[in-house]
Amino acid sequence: MNLQIVALLGQDGITNGAIYALLALSIVLVFTVTRILLIPQGEFVSFGALTMGMMQNGQPLTVAWLLVALCLGACAFDLYDMWRTSRRRPSLWLPAKLVYAAVVAGVALNLNFSTMPMLAQIVMTLLLLVPMGPLMYRMAFQPIASASPLVLLIVSIAVHVALVGVALLVFGPEGARTAPFTDASLELGSLRFSSQALWVICVSLLLIVGLFLMFERTLYGKALRAAALNRMGARLMGISPVFAGKAMFLLASLIGVMSGVLIAPITTIYYDSGFLISLKGFVGSIIGGLVSYPVAAIGALTIGLIESFSTFWASAYKEIIVFVLIIPILLWRSLSTRHVEEEE
Amino acid sequence: MLHKRLIATAALAALGTIATLAGNPAFAQVKIGVVTSSTGPVSLVGIPQKNTVPLLPAKAGDLKIEYISLDDASDPTKSVTEVKKLISEYNVDAIIGPSGSPNAMGVISFVAEAGVPMLAPVGTAAVVLPMTEQKKWVFKTTQNDDLIAGALVAQMVKTKVKTVGFITINDPFGENWAKVFGELAARNNIKIVANERYQRTDTSVTAQTLKILAANPDAVLVAAPGAAPVLPQTTLYDQGYKGKMYQTHGAALPAFLQLGKNKVEGTILAASLMLVLPEIPDSNPSKKVAIDYIEAYKKLYNAVPATFGANVYDAGLLLEKAIPVAAKKAKPGSKEFRAALRDALENTKEVVGTQGVYNMSAADHSGFDERGRELITVKGGNWALLKP
Repeated sequence: MNLQIVALLGQDGITNGAIYALLALSIVLVFTVTRILLIPQGEFVSFGALTMGMMQNGQPLTVAWLLVALCLGACAFDLYDMWRTSRRRPSLWLPAKLVYAAVVAGVALNLNFSTMPMLAQIVMTLLLLVPMGPLMYRMAFQPIASASPLVLLIVSIAVHVALVGVALLVFGPEGARTAPFTDASLELGSLRFSSQALWVICVSLLLIVGLFLMFERTLYGKALRAAALNRMGARLMGISPVFAGKAMFLLASLIGVMSGVLIAPITTIYYDSGFLISLKGFVGSIIGGLVSYPVAAIGALTIGLIESFSTFWASAYKEIIVFVLIIPILLWRSLSTRHVEEEE
Repeated sequence: MLHKRLIATAALAALGTIATLAGNPAFAQVKIGVVTSSTGPVSLVGIPQKNTVPLLPAKAGDLKIEYISLDDASDPTKSVTEVKKLISEYNVDAIIGPSGSPNAMGVISFVAEAGVPMLAPVGTAAVVLPMTEQKKWVFKTTQNDDLIAGALVAQMVKTKVKTVGFITINDPFGENWAKVFGELAARNNIKIVANERYQRTDTSVTAQTLKILAANPDAVLVAAPGAAPVLPQTTLYDQGYKGKMYQTHGAALPAFLQLGKNKVEGTILAASLMLVLPEIPDSNPSKKVAIDYIEAYKKLYNAVPATFGANVYDAGLLLEKAIPVAAKKAKPGSKEFRAALRDALENTKEVVGTQGVYNMSAADHSGFDERGRELITVKGGNWALLKP
């Protein structure tokens, strides 16, 4: 093991760790605001990667039907709520959802994206998949928003399992792998950095800084933080918990789909790859105690590095090494933090 | 009241008897159960297998064959349930399947206990080797790993490969390859300088390939099934590895070419002749069978079948030959018939399948010889026969 190998392993670890960090952040975001452990986070990653793969292979974008189905489902929920609460005036969101689904699905199903520039493919992928987050929240979580975290977790697992099944149906069992954003690679002495790894690290950093600015500097960000700190108090101040939940799911699905688009050129993503990736992001967020963004990000980076180096030494035991490491961290956390009863 | 109930019960009983009689039609009918993984992680293998079921022979001699096709969702526990269902509820005479190696390993004891012959279209040789009292009931319609490994090692010896880096998937498929290839390599004085493992869902195999690169072997062998073999090879390519690349028959899929693109050019693998059918001389007996199968499949699904489907098709061909032999000894549906069917399968001689010629024996329940494999390379983004 020489310095060059250490540097390459470090690069690999940081690249993977950056993705885990993004997922860890969005898991913390969603958890603090809604008390939902977002198990399906990984599905956004695999959906993003596989949709890009489908586009580049010139396959029809059947995933657009999923968006249509989710929109119709959400509208049905909206109508039911209107009928139940005897509200006569429909909200403008309802027709807006339908128009959006129709337009995006129409574009996705009728244009051939394989010849278009990469940026158009990425934008289309985001347009198709990011609304899945809030729609999912509308259907699966909004009706039970005040349930206990355990119920929310069970529903979250159910959504994950359902989405994996849908992914197999829509994308098939073959994996996908896409073209890199740029072909160039950076030579530093004897080291070669692939440009995609740099893309992953840069975009992750940008997203993290962007999130930081949003939460620190904008009114919406502050409102969401308020909802995270004290839900009842925030509601009294006129911050809608439904809006907060939808906004968080929008952010989570944006981060997830973006992560999928970023790593698709580096690796083969299968319909069921998302879970393991998000599990490692989850470990990162656990290190941050599900509340601290910076600790979660650093934790996730550490997981990436540990994974990379442990794979080099004992590839057969990699997964075991990574997950066994949670135990001392959990021990340390449970011994060092004061337990506070959660008020129901 | 009581009378009415009695009459109703009697009527029901009578109906039941008629139903049972109707279920046992006068003309003899053979029932074959098929268990495939047409959903779940193994579905890349299972879907072409399930699709092949309608193409299986409908008659053997003058006996009609009925196929009952079930899905185990790639879950080994569910395979057991489905196999038990086929045996106890449908009273099948033989079983084709399951698709996955762990699934097949899990059901061996159940088919042996019930005395039902099973034709497993799976990769791992462990379902028939080493031969035991239970595995006597199992036959395997794919090439054994050692047959494929033998061809690869012979090619390595021929091209003077002295050191090999080996990377395989961390499951029974990989473990068996590590064992088979390790023994063959040692016997031929080829040194394995790096021996690495990875998972199908890994997002990065950089660490493993770095270790291989550091050992600087003459060639690298990747052993994994489905789409998984692509990642180690493309990573090695990106890192600038210039040596020879070898793959097993696990990579013999369109997905390998599609995912690997130009990065898998020049890969050498040993696999079924189905991949390079137009280049196979007409004298090869399997060519006609394979063409027939592919044409029929194309007609039905408008797609070219993966070799996994052919393994189920071959199971059908083996049964077609064995059923009339067994029917001379006993009536279908009986224990004696199933035992006779097993004996007939074990005595299979020179049955031409899609990927080779079967010659079974009490010791060899796979039955392939050198006719069951070809050395293939990737040329211009397509499979090509490796010319000696």
